[in-house]
Amino acid sequence: MKLTLHIWRQQNAKSKGRFVKYDLDDVSPDMSFLEMLDVLNEKLIAEGQEPVAFDHDCREGICGTCGVVVSGRAHGPRDRTTMCQLHMREFKDGDTLWIEPWRAKAFPVLRDLIVDRSALDRIIAAGGFIGAPTGSAPDANAIPIPKEDADLAMDAAACIGCGACVAACPNASAMLFTAAKVSQFAKLPQGQPERYRRVKAMVRQMDFEGFGNCTNHGECSAACPKAISLDHIAQLNRDYLRSSLRADRRIVSEVGAG
Amino acid sequence: MAGIAIDVAVAAPRSRIAAFFGSTVGRKMVMAVTGVFLVLFVIGHMIGNLQVYLGPESLNHYAELLRELGHGGLIWVFRGTMLGAVALHVWAATALTLGSWAARPTGYRRRQQYVESTYASRTMRWGGPLLLIFIIYHLLHLTTGQAHGSFVVGDVYHNVVAGFSVWWVSGFYILAQLALGLHLYHGVWSMLQTLGLSHASYNRLRTVIALLIALVIAIGNISIPVAVLAGFVS
Repeated sequence: MKLTLHIWRQQNAKSKGRFVKYDLDDVSPDMSFLEMLDVLNEKLIAEGQEPVAFDHDCREGICGTCGVVVSGRAHGPRDRTTMCQLHMREFKDGDTLWIEPWRAKAFPVLRDLIVDRSALDRIIAAGGFIGAPTGSAPDANAIPIPKEDADLAMDAAACIGCGACVAACPNASAMLFTAAKVSQFAKLPQGQPERYRRVKAMVRQMDFEGFGNCTNHGECSAACPKAISLDHIAQLNRDYLRSSLRADRRIVSEVGAG
Repeated sequence: MAGIAIDVAVAAPRSRIAAFFGSTVGRKMVMAVTGVFLVLFVIGHMIGNLQVYLGPESLNHYAELLRELGHGGLIWVFRGTMLGAVALHVWAATALTLGSWAARPTGYRRRQQYVESTYASRTMRWGGPLLLIFIIYHLLHLTTGQAHGSFVVGDVYHNVVAGFSVWWVSGFYILAQLALGLHLYHGVWSMLQTLGLSHASYNRLRTVIALLIALVIAIGNISIPVAVLAGFVS
C-alpha cells in the first residue's frame, strides 16, 4: 500500500507546530497503525531525520497510552478500538491521512503527537479512589452485589483513560472519563462512603483543568475504545445533583464525650 | 513513588452555592431546569394558539381569561417567571459556550468527523440566539404590537390573521418554529440526560418523547401561519 501522510510535527510545548508531508510506499495491510509509524520512523532515522514522537505502551489495546486523531476521528475510522489495534487494512491504497494529536487546552502538546494527559490523573487524585483496609484481600463475595450493578460498574471500570473522549468531543469535555470514574464506584457498596464528596471534588477538578462542558452529543462514547455509555454521564449528573442538594455533614458538638 | 512527581494544581473548595453555579455540571442543570419550564410553556402556548381554529370569539375570550386571572395579577407573576427562566437559560448557555470554545484553542486541521451527534445537537448554539431574536420580535409583534402594522388591543384573532397575511412575517415565524423543533429535539433529550433521568429500560423512550414534543410543537405552530396564508383562517 502507498500512503500520503500529513503528520503534526512540534518540537516542544512552547514551539509552534505544523503539518509535514511524508510519502510511505511499503505499507502492509497487516501492520497496525503504530507499526506503520514505526516503519516511517525507521525510514526517517535512516535518512538522518528526527523520528515522529508518539505515545505507545502495551500495543494490545488495554493500557490507554496510544492515541492520535486520524483524518478527524480519534483512534481512526474503526469503532471501539485503540491506535495499536487499528490495522492498515482499514485504509485504501493511495489514501491521504491527516495525523494529529488530541486537541484540548487541558492536553498541551509535549512533542509531535504526544500530549500531556496528567489533567486526567489529577481528576482521579481529587476523588477517584475508595477507602480500603490494607493487608490481605477480603473474601471475593463477602458483600453481596446485584449482578446488574456489578456489570454496570465493570462497564465503567473498562475506561483506560486514553483521552479519546476529550479528543472527539466538540467541546473538549472530559465528562465521559470523569463519569466512568465516578460511576464505577457509585454502583458498588465499597464506593458509598466517599460517594457524594467524590463527585463534587472530581467535577471541581475537571472544570479547573479547563475542559469544556458536556452538551450530550455522544461523540465521546462513539470514539471510546471501550464503548463506555452515556448512561454513566447521567449517573454523574444524578449524583452531582444529589450531592449539591444535601449539606455537607457537620460534626455536631452537643453530644457527650464517650 | 521515587522519581515520580505529579504536578499538583488543585481546585480550591468553594461554598455549596458558588460551587454549584460555578461548575459546568451545575450550569447544565440550570439549563435543564429552566428548560423544563420553557418546554411546558411552549406546549401550553401552542394549545392556546390552536384555538384560532375555533374562531375569533373563542381565541379572544381565552386571551381575556389569561389577562384577568387573579384580578390581572397572575399573568405578571407568570411573565416574570418566564423572563427569569429565559434569562437564566441564556446566561448558562453563554457561560458554557464560552468555556467550551476556550477548551480547544487549536482546532483540528481536518474537520472532526461526526459519528453520534445530530444536526439538532450541533445547531443548538445557533438555534438558541435565533430563538431569542424571534421571542423579542414575537413579543413586539403580537403582544405589544409595535412591530405590527394594524395592531388592535384585545382583538387577538385580528392581530394574528392580519399579522400572518404578510408573507415574510409568516416566513420568519415558520423558520423560527423549525429552529424551535430542532432545539427541542436535542434539548428535551439533553434535559433528561442532564437531570440524570436515564435507565437502560427507558432510554429509547427519551428519544421518542423528544421527537414527539419537537414534531407536535413545530407542526402545531407552523400550521397557523400556513392556514392564514392559505386563506383557511381569515
